[in-house]
Amino acid sequence: MKTKKEIHWITYGLLILLSIMMLFPIFWVLSSSLKSGSELFAWPPSILPNKITFINYIDAFSEANFGRYIFNTIFVTVTATIITLIINTMAGYALAKIKFKGSTIILILFLSTLMIPLEALMIPMFIVLRNLGLYNSIWGIIIPPAATPTGVFLIRQYLLSLPDEMIEAAKIDGANEWQIFMKIIIPLAKPVIATLTIFSVMWRWQDYIWPLIAISDPKLYTLELALSNFVGEYSVDWGPLLAMAVVTMIPLITVFIVFQRFFIQGIMATSVKE
Amino acid sequence: MKTRTWVPYAFLLPNMLIFSVFVGLPAIYGVYYSFTEWNGITEPVFVGLENFIKIFSNDAFWAMLKRTFIYVLAVVPLTVISSLGLAWLLTRKIKFSNIFRTIFYLPVMISFIVVGLIWNWILQKETGLINYVLSLLNIDAVGWLSEPILANIAVIFVSVWARVGFFMVIYIAGLQSISPSLYEAAEIDGASSWRKFLNITVPMLKPITLLIVILSFIEYFKTFALVVSLTGGGPIDATKYFVQYTYEVGFNQGNLGMGSALSFVLFIIMATITLIQWKVSDGGRI
Repeated sequence: MKTKKEIHWITYGLLILLSIMMLFPIFWVLSSSLKSGSELFAWPPSILPNKITFINYIDAFSEANFGRYIFNTIFVTVTATIITLIINTMAGYALAKIKFKGSTIILILFLSTLMIPLEALMIPMFIVLRNLGLYNSIWGIIIPPAATPTGVFLIRQYLLSLPDEMIEAAKIDGANEWQIFMKIIIPLAKPVIATLTIFSVMWRWQDYIWPLIAISDPKLYTLELALSNFVGEYSVDWGPLLAMAVVTMIPLITVFIVFQRFFIQGIMATSVKE
Repeated sequence: MKTRTWVPYAFLLPNMLIFSVFVGLPAIYGVYYSFTEWNGITEPVFVGLENFIKIFSNDAFWAMLKRTFIYVLAVVPLTVISSLGLAWLLTRKIKFSNIFRTIFYLPVMISFIVVGLIWNWILQKETGLINYVLSLLNIDAVGWLSEPILANIAVIFVSVWARVGFFMVIYIAGLQSISPSLYEAAEIDGASSWRKFLNITVPMLKPITLLIVILSFIEYFKTFALVVSLTGGGPIDATKYFVQYTYEVGFNQGNLGMGSALSFVLFIIMATITLIQWKVSDGGRI
């Protein structure tokens, strides 16, 4: 019979092996992006660059218009997240804390659309977008996915768990609904707002299919569009491409490592939909 | 004190407005357009069921549907098994489990386009790392992305690599909710680790496993971005799945009527899965 100690070593060995499988590809792209053109395709490949160079990063910014794509992506992510937070927190509050006619119907409406993926609506969404004159506009990327049912649910579920007494007390003190929302609900809902922020940033930063449909003008490309466009070209200029991939990865990984706790809680809270 | 009646609607208005215009309206439009022949420029012409008849009588559609299902039916079980395995390893009493969790979750934070790009670079035939390692073992370079079967295996592997951390976290939550007293009782009866896993862990996790099966099914069924940058759908359509097929019909071939009909079929498949989920999960008490 195996001793406890041996089992432990097997467990650690396995975990370390799997960790390498998870981390090495990321490391490999980072390391490759710091190699010069000739070393990039050298055989045998070097694990670490013999001579670290940022030429690929410089090329990405100067030739590949990378700065523009970064700006577009940041603009879309930040603006869309702000809109998502405002409209979904408001809707979540109404559905959680106010009794009114039709609330059940609206709730069911949201519930029933939770599982409809954008992919199944992409063509009619594109048509509506075009008819509204928003095709090829940055707002066309930002606005349509902002009213996410997942966000409304996340907020609603959280607010349901808050006691009503504070709201009642504020009402007796003469506060109107907007004041209650701003002064009481929002401060209390900070954890769930943080979770939704993280999700929204993640969704937007990584979004591909909607920007692909909503724009065609390369000036409005997001990072994801630009990257996929480069891969699709006949001869791939790997150096700048790898540099762009690294820069694209860094913000989310950093945010993740800093806000890990929120991430994990958020996933558990909203395991209904990605 | 009573809330004025218009107030809740005011709070809901911004969300409902965007939601109705960009989700509600398209949902209705989509059904209509799927019964039309339309290139997006001239007026749509109502053609009844013609699009659906064309879709279902097209061999390419069935080949694509079969490919999509084979892909999903390979990826979902692999995801379930590996995410459960990882979660199980990480909820035992071991040091550094938080670091390991972070490591396994890390790929989830990378967009599918970048994930595809990373692995495309590693799987390159002439210059890729994998083939270099194989060359050390005297194995000839393998065309990972140029052989249909290998490209499918690559897409399957990379899909699991990219997503396993996400489902692992859900499993960890599930494992932590199992009462330790159950294990203690089993230990008194002299049950082995394996027995405990089979007789306590697996049954207690049934609702979460169902959830993960459905979530991953839906997610993988709409795989698109990962494939775009990993294989581009090739070689010769070997990894072209439902969403890419629909996208190409609608936007590349400019056949928005047919594309809408395909979206409708996609929606029906998704809705069926969701309904099954609701049925089954009632039994599983999620």
